[in-house]
Amino acid sequence: MNWTNIATIYTKELRDMLRDRRTLLSMIIIPTLVMPAIMALVAFISFKVVREARATAPTVMVIGGDDSPAVRAALGANDKVKIVPAAPDWKRQISDKKVRAAVELPPGFDAVLARGAPAAVKIYNYEGEMRSAFAVSELRRFFNDYRDREIAARLDRRGLPPELVKPFELKTENVAPPEKVGGNVIGGLIPYLFILLAFTGAMYPAMDLTAGEKERGTMETILCSPVARIDLVLGKFLMVLTASLGTVLFSLLSMTLTFLAGGSLFAKFGGAAAAGAAKTAAAAGPALPALDPLGLIAVLGMVIPVAVLFSAVLLAVSLFAKSFKEAQSYVSPLIIVIILPAVVGMLPGVELNAKLALVPILNVSLVSKELVSGVWQWSYLALIFGSTCLYAAAALGLAVKMFQREDVIFRS
Amino acid sequence: MIEARQLTKTFRDKKRGEIVAAEDITFRVSPGQIYGLLGANGAGKTTTLRMLATLLQPSRGGATVAGFDIVRDAAKVRAHVGFLAASTALYGRLTAREMIAYFGRLNGLTGAQIKARTQQLAADLEMDEFLDRRCDKFSTGMKQKTSIARTLVHDPAVMIFDEPTLGLDVIAARTIVRFVRDCRNRGKTVIYSTHVMSEVEKLCDVVGIIHGGKLLAEGTLPELRARTGETDVEEIFVKTVGGDQP
Repeated sequence: MNWTNIATIYTKELRDMLRDRRTLLSMIIIPTLVMPAIMALVAFISFKVVREARATAPTVMVIGGDDSPAVRAALGANDKVKIVPAAPDWKRQISDKKVRAAVELPPGFDAVLARGAPAAVKIYNYEGEMRSAFAVSELRRFFNDYRDREIAARLDRRGLPPELVKPFELKTENVAPPEKVGGNVIGGLIPYLFILLAFTGAMYPAMDLTAGEKERGTMETILCSPVARIDLVLGKFLMVLTASLGTVLFSLLSMTLTFLAGGSLFAKFGGAAAAGAAKTAAAAGPALPALDPLGLIAVLGMVIPVAVLFSAVLLAVSLFAKSFKEAQSYVSPLIIVIILPAVVGMLPGVELNAKLALVPILNVSLVSKELVSGVWQWSYLALIFGSTCLYAAAALGLAVKMFQREDVIFRS
Repeated sequence: MIEARQLTKTFRDKKRGEIVAAEDITFRVSPGQIYGLLGANGAGKTTTLRMLATLLQPSRGGATVAGFDIVRDAAKVRAHVGFLAASTALYGRLTAREMIAYFGRLNGLTGAQIKARTQQLAADLEMDEFLDRRCDKFSTGMKQKTSIARTLVHDPAVMIFDEPTLGLDVIAARTIVRFVRDCRNRGKTVIYSTHVMSEVEKLCDVVGIIHGGKLLAEGTLPELRARTGETDVEEIFVKTVGGDQP
């Protein structure tokens, strides 16, 4: 191994890559600008849709209740729902999303209540539809209040205290620190993104530096030089690794900035809306989950051997191909292989154990979820880092071996 | 000096089984001499030259190039060889100057040596005008000159040319032919493979006719003419390989 030659090859490949618009696009522009832009756009649109849906009162049809003016008047006075005249085809109107929900009052509802006899109010909805769900929750809230008021009045008439029907209050309160909640909510997503980006960042340069060079005829040129094949592989490998980690770092940087900028905008926007439209709008602006910054750095550390593994595997696989196009057809299915364990790691309920700690990619995905929540399981961390390094070394060994095989280099 | 001793290369093919691409190739090229390897496509020229340039390892036999064994001292062989083929391309995103410097560094030259050598090569090959332009924007002629400069940067004692004029126009091909002659005049050992008969007549001191992986005949052109009774190189070739059938 000759480090001067490795450095010469690496420097040349780096210069070559920085002059290639396609690599710059996949390594810098897409992760830095496009990804956060897409994320911000999706967040903005969904935020706006939810806010609009909450701001406009859903249309509700009241079926029956002509003989119960008291409840109808109370419903009419509620500005959270818009009452529309009853129509016989109300079921179809709900299906067609013309009306969001319907509420059916039993005959003589006011009178039944006054008598203290049992009664049932029925709500009809379009399950899974957002505005219908808003209408239902508003109707539920209204009728719960209406029932509570009726109970209070009945107790009052009999001279009984309200505690008779409400012997105790039930409250829930979160005691987990915000970064743990955040880790649980988006902890799976972050390593998943890192793993995916480490792969996509390495993909193009790995194919370009092997199959691409074969296709363009520069592979034979470089093989004529006195440089040893192992130096050639290592120089190229370091370049692919740079692209892989570069992609992760660029996207991390831009995501952090988007997150910070988005967070302050969110707070401003949510605050103004809350002042204007009372409680409902405030509920629409959820707080951003916090993450443990040290854990995030540790996740990056765990992604390094994964990036080594990807770079080496991609080099070995693409070297086998005769052309860039052939390399693409080998590499594309690998994305599925990468996504699968990363997605399993994101699933709730899948927890780290000694066996899973040896499954490449999945292990990093799982331990990263813990790390961003601020949980440091040192023995697992060591096991996962060690095993991933081992897989990475094996993959690099394979890449070196492939470069020494004549039937691979001169495959025709 | 090149000395090939029973160089043999076999490949394994899934469909066709074992293929003998070169068999018992033995020849010798002295400094200041151009050895022409004449053969049709698939005759084994490229395989033989790739073995000499240490890109492929012989299955049997061996060779010494510039005094080094092609198997044991492969890196040293490459350090003393300039290899130019139609299939050895340039890095499109590098400039001609960067291309020369890159191969200079890989051959262990210092910065000052590379600078001096680039200046000299650019003057010899009339490259000054496009030295700092990117190779992907070059005409065929410019590409050829840059490739020649790349092979010469470390001033190798042995030059191996594998069909270097393949696909070139007349002007670009003449540049190559002139350059090959220059190499001989400077005392370099030159081996030149081709299937173009006229190039053999123009350039080669000794000709080896290769067919089906075997070296069928060898000698100077007058010797081959006397042996076959033919004057035209094409006729000599056809007679040696046993008729018009492939």
